[in-house]
Amino acid sequence: MISIRKVSKWYGEFHVLKQCSSEIAGGEVVVVCGPSGSGKSTLIKCVNGLEVFQEGEILVNGVSLCARNTNLSKLRSQVGMVFQHFELFPHLKVIQNLTIAQCKVLGRRNEEATEKALKLLKMVDLSAHAQKFPSQLSGGQQQRVAIARALAMDPVAMLFDEPTSALDPEMIKEVLDVMVILAKEGMTMMVVTHEMGFAREVANRIIFMDHGEIVEDRPKTDFFRSPGTDRAQQFLSKILSHNV
Amino acid sequence: MYEFDWSSIPGALPFLWQGMQRTLEITAVAIVVGIVLGTLIALLRLSRNWALSNLAAIYVNGFRSVPLVMVLLWFYLLVPQLISNLVGRPAIDIRLLSAFVAFALFEASYYAEIIRAGIQSVSRGQVSAGLALGMTSGQTMRLVVLPQAFRRMVPLLLTQAIILFQDTSLVYVIGLAEFFGVAYNTGNRDGTLVEMLLFAGAVYLMISFCASMLVRALQAKLAS
Repeated sequence: MISIRKVSKWYGEFHVLKQCSSEIAGGEVVVVCGPSGSGKSTLIKCVNGLEVFQEGEILVNGVSLCARNTNLSKLRSQVGMVFQHFELFPHLKVIQNLTIAQCKVLGRRNEEATEKALKLLKMVDLSAHAQKFPSQLSGGQQQRVAIARALAMDPVAMLFDEPTSALDPEMIKEVLDVMVILAKEGMTMMVVTHEMGFAREVANRIIFMDHGEIVEDRPKTDFFRSPGTDRAQQFLSKILSHNV
Repeated sequence: MYEFDWSSIPGALPFLWQGMQRTLEITAVAIVVGIVLGTLIALLRLSRNWALSNLAAIYVNGFRSVPLVMVLLWFYLLVPQLISNLVGRPAIDIRLLSAFVAFALFEASYYAEIIRAGIQSVSRGQVSAGLALGMTSGQTMRLVVLPQAFRRMVPLLLTQAIILFQDTSLVYVIGLAEFFGVAYNTGNRDGTLVEMLLFAGAVYLMISFCASMLVRALQAKLAS
């Protein structure tokens, strides 16, 4: 579903991503973790072309991001993305947040888009809030709307860029619950997160990054039982002491 | 002690009202064209194309670096020539037309800067969100960024419109009978210049003050 092949990226002199490679099969859930500044967010943003990279190749559903004739907008419409800071459109009501791209990008009729939106709002348990503006919702509610907004496009895969990092602790669970449902329904997911509980529950694989490199890319049971590198070991012991 | 003589005001009121209509016409045209053109220039200025962005910068800095009176006179001397060369003598008052053009182009340079700042005040994340949903960059600008930017800019745009409303009085240099021009000419004719100018000033003050109050009310509403 997603092939990342020897991707390298530089910000000026700074080498952000170093020869990163990984394969994510359809239906797989992969958690990307690592210390801050290790390039996890940059890597996930490369997957839908929000960040450009200088070397290597990424294929999504068989389509190369780098090929000259690739329609990047069309490709992005098939890959859902959830951001750390939600990024709901503040000038639109919740329901319009879910319908705007359906109508303008996929060309769906308004009734059809609204029906889809209401179904998804029900799934994230926010039906009552359809006519509110994003600013009237809590952070956890906003993030669930953002997930529903991405799902409204019927994506083939979902990218999550630290979806719970900006949330108050009591709201993290409601967002993770939605993500667990998605994972169990067989959605292909790439998730940058420090929530190791989530990783243990639904991830198939863990990618551990440090200094722009993919240091480990292993099934979760192996990863948690015995990290193959000192760096992963250190990272795990640091975050697991608070996060079980 | 100076004796005020207000007697020429009542008789001049119909002409003053006509003048005020001119003033409002010029203001309205300059606001509408200025905002549309200003948005285009702001987008060019922000474009990644080096040539377009510089062209827009030259336009903005050029107009902002010369006095409005001069722009008015230039267009007064230029526009009639241009137009009669192109289409022959037009039916519309040439002074009014040149005032429209001059104000619209001049104001566009000021609006462009306000709008550019407004666009830049919308976070990068909003652009990313639009793009991630499959919108083109044009759609993202139109559906996501500009609506938010304009909402934030409304008070500034209105403030600029109030300044513009007052600046229209400068068209008296090309002999156009707008509000200030009518007041000035009437006063000159009747020897009541001081009274007429005081009256005109009071009218400008009243309209601008009311508009300012409106802006403040809007600002308060937007902030809540």
